[in-house]
Amino acid sequence: MSDAAKASAPVFEPWKNPSEKPLIRFENVTKRFGDFTAIDDLTINIYEREFFALLGPSGCGKTTMMRMLGGFETPTEGAITIDGQNMSAVPPNKRAVNMMFQSYALFPHLSVAENIAFGLKRDKLPADRIAARVEEMLSLVQLNKFASRKPHQISGGQRQRVALARSLAKAPKLLLLDEPLGALDKKLRQDTQFELMDIQETTGTTFVIVTHDQEEAMTVASRIAVMDHGKIVQVDTPAKIYEEPGSVYVADFIGDVNLIKGMVVKSGNDHASISWAEGQQDLIGIAHDEIPHGTDATLAVRPEKVTISTDRPEGVTNALSGKVLDIAYLGNMSTYVIETANGTLIKAQAANTRRISRRAITWDQQVWLSFTDTAGVVLTS
Amino acid sequence: MKRFALISIPYLWLLALFLVPFLIVLKISLSDTELAIPPYTPTLDIAQGWAGVREWWAGLDMENFVWLTEDDLYWKAYLSSLKIAIISTLLTLMVGYPIAYGMTRAPDEWRPTLMMLIILPFWTSFLIRVYSWKAILSNEGLLNQLLIGIGLIDEPLVILNTNIAVYIGIVYTYLPFMVLPIYAALERLDESLLEAAEDLGCSRFTAFWLVTFPLSKQGVIAGSFLVFIPAMGEYVIPALLGGSKTLMIGKVLFEEFFANRDWPVASAVAVVLLLILIIPIVLFQRNEEKQREAGK
Repeated sequence: MSDAAKASAPVFEPWKNPSEKPLIRFENVTKRFGDFTAIDDLTINIYEREFFALLGPSGCGKTTMMRMLGGFETPTEGAITIDGQNMSAVPPNKRAVNMMFQSYALFPHLSVAENIAFGLKRDKLPADRIAARVEEMLSLVQLNKFASRKPHQISGGQRQRVALARSLAKAPKLLLLDEPLGALDKKLRQDTQFELMDIQETTGTTFVIVTHDQEEAMTVASRIAVMDHGKIVQVDTPAKIYEEPGSVYVADFIGDVNLIKGMVVKSGNDHASISWAEGQQDLIGIAHDEIPHGTDATLAVRPEKVTISTDRPEGVTNALSGKVLDIAYLGNMSTYVIETANGTLIKAQAANTRRISRRAITWDQQVWLSFTDTAGVVLTS
Repeated sequence: MKRFALISIPYLWLLALFLVPFLIVLKISLSDTELAIPPYTPTLDIAQGWAGVREWWAGLDMENFVWLTEDDLYWKAYLSSLKIAIISTLLTLMVGYPIAYGMTRAPDEWRPTLMMLIILPFWTSFLIRVYSWKAILSNEGLLNQLLIGIGLIDEPLVILNTNIAVYIGIVYTYLPFMVLPIYAALERLDESLLEAAEDLGCSRFTAFWLVTFPLSKQGVIAGSFLVFIPAMGEYVIPALLGGSKTLMIGKVLFEEFFANRDWPVASAVAVVLLLILIIPIVLFQRNEEKQREAGK
C-alpha cells in the first residue's frame, strides 16, 4: 500500500466508502440447474484487494458462485461484472481470473516448474521472462528445490503450494480459491492460512475463497459472506459476524453459541430485554432496531463472554443461576455446561489460569452465570 | 515352499505352452525337409542312446535361415507385413481415439450401452465377421450398390482383394483393442484438469492437445501394440480380403506349411517372425510397467 493510500484509508474498509468502485458485482444473479436453484437472486459487491470468504454448508451455492466468477458456469439471470465489464460472454481462458482448484488439478505429466509455467506459456511470453516468473513464484511458495519434481513426487502441502503458485503466476486481478486447505491436516492448515494472508498482502491480489470451515474464514478473510440455500444471509467482517450475528442461523453456524429463547419485554436505545424463564431475571442484549413488545426472540451469547461464579455477582446486568451439569477440560480453558431450573443448557467458558486442584467449581454445584448487556445480541430471525 | 509352489504355476504354464512348443518349432527350423511322416529329418532316436543324440545334433543346421535371406520373397513379405501392420495401427488409432473420447464424454447412463456396442462383435465368430466384409466390399457388394444407387459413381470401385480391403478388415477387427485401453486412460482423467487448463488460458482445443492427449498416451501406446502385434502375423484377413498382390508373412507361413509341406522353412519363418515381434512386445511390457508406476 502506498503512503497516500495509507493516510486516506487507515483501516482497509472499501465497502464503507461509497465512492469506491467494486471489482466484482453480482447483480440479481440467479443460477438454476434444472429445477434446482443454486443461487437465488443474489446481489453483492467485492472490492479490490479484499480477501473475501464465501462460507456455508455444502450445497449452499458457494462453489457455484465461484465457478461463475471463473467462467465455468453462466448465470441463468442477472449479471456479473468484473472491473466494470460484463462477464457473461467471456470464456474462462479470456478472463483475468485464475482459480486454485479444490483437487489442485496439477497436471500429472508436467513437473512443478512446468505446471507453474503453463499459463505463462499460453500468453506466448518470451522464454527468459517465463523462466524468471517461474523462479519468482517458486521462491514465493518456497519450492525452488522441487522445481523438477512431478506432482506425485511431492507431499500434499507442497502440491497445495504449487497449485497456488500456478494460479498466481499470471498475476490475475482476481484469484479464486476453492476449499484450498481442505486436504491438509490441521497443523499445516493453520500455517498455510497465515502464508496465504502474507501472499495476498504481498501480491495485492483480490482473493475470493470458498470454504465450509468457519475458523478458516475467520482467520483469513477481510469480509465473510455467510450463505444458505443460494442466498447470502450476512456479509460482514469476521469480528462483526462473530460478535453481532444478524440471525440465529449465522450465530449458530459460526463458533459456539448459547441460544436463549424468550419474549421481548422492553426495547430501545440499542438494547432489548427478553423474559425467558420463570423465576429468572430478564436478560438484556444488543438490538440496534427497536423490536415490538411481545415478539419471540432469541438471545445469542458466546460461552467465553459468560462468567461463572459460586456467589451471586454484584452489579451486573445479566445474571442467572443453575447447576453444573458437565465440565469439559480443554487444557487452556474449561467449558462448563449449566442447567437452569427450566432445563435450558447454557455453556460458560473460563480460562484455566490456576491449576486444576485450586479451582472451586465442581459437578452438581449451584452456580451463577453473568454477562454484560453488550455480550449478547437479541435476534428475531 | 508354499510360495515357491505358487510362483512355479505360471512358470510351468509358460514352459508347457510357450517354451516347449517354441523349442519344437526351433528344432524343426534347423532340420531338413524329407518326404516322410513327420516331413523332416533328423528325428531323435533315443533307442540308439548317446550315439543317436549325436547323430541327431549333427543333422541340425542353419540352412533354412540362410534360405530366407536368399529368396527375396521372405524379406519382402516381412517388410510388407510391417508396412501393413503400421498403417493399419495408425488407421485404427485414428478411428479408435475419437470413439473412446466420445464414450468418455457421453452421459453416464449411456456408457454401459456404448461399451456393450464395442464388445458385442466379439460374440460372433471372427471368421464370419471377416467373411461378411466380402459381401460388402465386392464389385457387386452392398457398398458399390449403394454408391452406384445414389449416383456417386458409375463403375464399381475395386476394393475387395486389394490392400485397402485388408486395412478395412484389420481396422474393423482390432478396433476394440484400440478403443478399450484409450477409454480406460481417458476415463481416469480428472475433469478439473481441463478446467484448470482453460483457466490458465487454453482454448478447448489446446487443452486437449496439452492435457487430454498426453495423459491418454499410455492408453494409445497400449492400444497400438495390441493392434500392431497380432496384425503383423495376421493370416485370415489377408487370405479372405486381400488379393494375389497382398504379401503378408502369415500367408507365406501358411503356404510353406500346407501348400509346400516344407515344415523346416515354415518353422524358420515363424522363428524370425517371433524374433521381430519380441521388440514391440518388450516395449509394450515396459509401457505397462510405467503405467502401473504412474498409477501409484
